[in-house]
Formats: sequence, C-alpha cells, structure tokens
Amino acid sequence: MSFLSFNAVDFTYQGSDRQVRALDGFSLAVGMGQPIALIGPSGCGKSTALLLAAGLLQPTGGSVLVDDRLLARPRVKTSLMLQDSGLLPWKTAEDNVALGLSLRGETRRDARTRAREALERVGLAEFARSYPGELSGGMRQRAGLARAIALDADLLLMDEPLSALDALHREDLQNALLDLWRRRRHAQVLVTHSIEEAVFLGSRIVVMSPRPGRVAAIVDNPDMGRDDYRSHPDFYRTCASVRRLLEAEGALHFAPGAPS
Amino acid sequence: MIRGTRKALGYVGASFVLLLGWHVLALVLDSPALPSPAAALPVFVELLPVLWEHTLISLARVLAALAAGTVLAVPLGLAIGRSRVADAIFAPLIFLTYPVPKVVFLPILLIFFGIGNASKIVLIGLIVFFQILVSARDAARNTPENAVLSARSLGAKRFEIARHVVFPAALSEIFTALRVSIGTAIAVLFLSESIAGTDGLGWFIVDAWGLINYPRMFAGILAMAVLGVLLYEAVDGAERLATRWRAAERSS
Repeated sequence: MSFLSFNAVDFTYQGSDRQVRALDGFSLAVGMGQPIALIGPSGCGKSTALLLAAGLLQPTGGSVLVDDRLLARPRVKTSLMLQDSGLLPWKTAEDNVALGLSLRGETRRDARTRAREALERVGLAEFARSYPGELSGGMRQRAGLARAIALDADLLLMDEPLSALDALHREDLQNALLDLWRRRRHAQVLVTHSIEEAVFLGSRIVVMSPRPGRVAAIVDNPDMGRDDYRSHPDFYRTCASVRRLLEAEGALHFAPGAPS
Repeated sequence: MIRGTRKALGYVGASFVLLLGWHVLALVLDSPALPSPAAALPVFVELLPVLWEHTLISLARVLAALAAGTVLAVPLGLAIGRSRVADAIFAPLIFLTYPVPKVVFLPILLIFFGIGNASKIVLIGLIVFFQILVSARDAARNTPENAVLSARSLGAKRFEIARHVVFPAALSEIFTALRVSIGTAIAVLFLSESIAGTDGLGWFIVDAWGLINYPRMFAGILAMAVLGVLLYEAVDGAERLATRWRAAERSS
C-alpha cells in the first residue's frame, strides 16, 4: 500500500516571461516505511517533486497523495530537510527544533523539553543553546534530523541534505540517517546527486530523466540497510547499474567510453 | 568588559585628536567666532546643568520620533515587501514621496502642531519612517527563500512566517537604516529647534549665537555631539541585544 503517491503529476513554473516545465507525467509510489532515493541530472525536477510531496507546491496536473489524502498544504508529520538544513540562523538549535512543535500548538515548555530530548538523540545535547552559525555543517544537519525526530515524522523528505559536507562527515551522517530510519521506519525520500548515497540509503533508487522530469527507471535495492553494506560486492553492483542508467539519461557527459 | 574598555579608550583618543585639531584651527583662524577649546570647555563644564536639561529635552524628542517612525514603518515595510498586492499599491506611493525632503513640511507642521514638541517629533518621525520603510521593504523582499520554505513546511502561516522568519531576517538592515536616520534626525532636530521654540539644544545654540556668545555656542555644539554619541550607542546596544546570533556567528 502506498503512503506517498505521485499520480501523473505535471508541474510548470510560471516565470514572468516564460514557463518552465519541471515535471511531466511523473508517477511514483512510496510505501509506508519505505526509504527511496531520487537521482537524476541537474534540473530534472527532483527538488520540485520533493516540494510537491511536502505540500509546499501544488501540481499543475495530476495529484499528490500522502496517507490517502490529497495534499493541499504542508502536513504536520512530514519533515523537510534542505541542503542548508533549513535551520533559522536567528534561533538556537533548541528553539529551531521546538519551533515545529510550538507551531503545532504545544506549550513552550513541552516543546523545549521534547526539543532537548531530540537533540540529545543526535548527540547535540550540549549545543542546544548554540546558534546554527556556531555549529559545523554536519552538526547543523544533525539538528535538522532532531527536528524530524521531535516532530515524530512518518515522512522524511530530504533535498541533498549532505551535499555541502566533506566526505567523512557525509559518511557519518549517512550512517546516522540509516540508523534513524532503522529505528523509526518512516517513509523517506532522499534527493541526491551521489550514486553511492542513493544506493546506501534507498531501498529503491528512482532514476529521473532530464527536464521535464519523469521516472526513467527504478532500481530495486533489497539489501539496503544491512550491516557493512558499503563494502559488500552487491553495493558496487547496484552502484554500477545506477551509473549506467544515469549515463543513458545523459546525466554523465564525461563518462569514460561514452561517445563524444 | 574588554570591549567596553577598548571603546572608551577609542572615544578618549578620538576626542583628543578632535580637540587638538580644533585648537590648531582656532589658532590659525584667530577669530572670536571660533573660540579655542580652552575657552569653550570651561563654559561647557560651567553650563553642564543647563545643557543637561536641554539635552534631555532634545533626546526625548528624537527618541519619541525614532520610536514612532520605527514602530509604524517596520510592519508596513515588511508587509509591502512580502505581498505583491500591497507592493503594487504602496510602492509607487513610496517612490513618489521618498525623494521629497521632508524638511520642507516644517512650516506646515508648525502651523498644524504648534511650536512645541509635536511638530518636531512629527517631522523627525516622518523622516525616520520613510528611511526605515524603504529598508524594511527591501529586506523583506530579500528574505532567504529556504528559511521561508522551512518554516512553511513546519506549518507556519503568514503571520508566523512574518514573526519567525521575515522580521528577524530583516533586523540587521532595519538597524542599519535606523543608524543612518539618526544622523538625519539630529540635523533636522537642530533645524526645527532653531527655527521655532524656546528649548532644546538647537534653540540653545542659536540663542547663544544671537547673544554673540561663541564659547556658549560651542558648549551647545559639544552637548549636541554628546547627544549623537548617546543615540548611536543606544542603537548599537539595542542591535547587539536583538541580533545576538550574529555575534555568535562572528566569534565561531
């Protein structure tokens, strides 16, 4: 049964002098508790798909459903994580995590307490009173995760959340994301540029075609989440097949051996 | 504490340099219209009680004008900057009225509000209002879109976005505008007090001029400088309090 579904979704950005068709007949179903990864060439509408799933954009055609309901506005149990973590620089880590809760109508004290608990879970207990500007990129993203934890999200949407991190922090955060998912089993859509990240964190990897975006192929990745997957031969095999699909979509212009 | 000491030392050093320059200039010009600091400073000290009274009167006027102008301009400017409809209605109005120097309305304001506090506060408030309105509008237009998206995804509605995102994001620019308006505000304060009224530093300076008492006049000018410093420091302190996150960012 699908928890999040895109049904023949069209989306056109209305510029002042021209229109940009970002998605064209985009269909995809994400099951309850399923983590998927969206990958594709730049400008293929990955981020647009994510904003639609968050209820921040409305499709120009087709429909987006979450939990069997047509999505007209952002929903309480969906958590969105952007590339820059989406933390408000003028609020402390704690207040950032608490904001979603107090917007939901929780009292300030309850929101604070839950925010602290969530920060503790991601190892940021002692940075609760720090501003985002005082945190490293990796810590900011962990605070973003704390937000999702505090909101008890059943759908986590992430737009290249780790792309600004260096390789080590990125791997660390990928492990943290996997760990979080294994414990909570929320549905998850991860938009990424990284093939390895998609294979590490997506039980299905959705390869998108260049603009206007459409689903070009779906790679099943049943071994995702198992221990030491990163060093398993299946991991490399899956990466290789995703890479081939991306090459076929023209996402890798300088692929070795590609016709020039 | 260290910052406070460094700042105080800076003021002392700068005062010394200025007094020295003033002294040299007075020697060179050798005119009764420019008494040396050695002549003006004793008068300043002697007149301190009187000067203090006038300084307080002037300070109250400027503060009232700054407060009223800011409180009215910030919400309006932010709203105009965030709403296409409001912008379509108000932007042409602002662009037409902003370049008009508000000082030209002084005679009219004197007629309507009399020569007391009201006319001066309205005139200065008007100037502050426009400067902050324009800055707040620009700042609101440049609100980081990611922050808005993030707040919306958490369920923030229009007013909550204004409160948690647009307003804090605009604070720094609002304070910059406020600091710029202080300079104009003091200039206009002087003008309005010197043209009409019987109190305030502007009146004191022009009154001393009329008495051809130049040391007294310069004592008034010194008090005006002190007034300016007080205002700048007040705005600076308010900004530091309101944008603590920026200091945290810089120190990391």
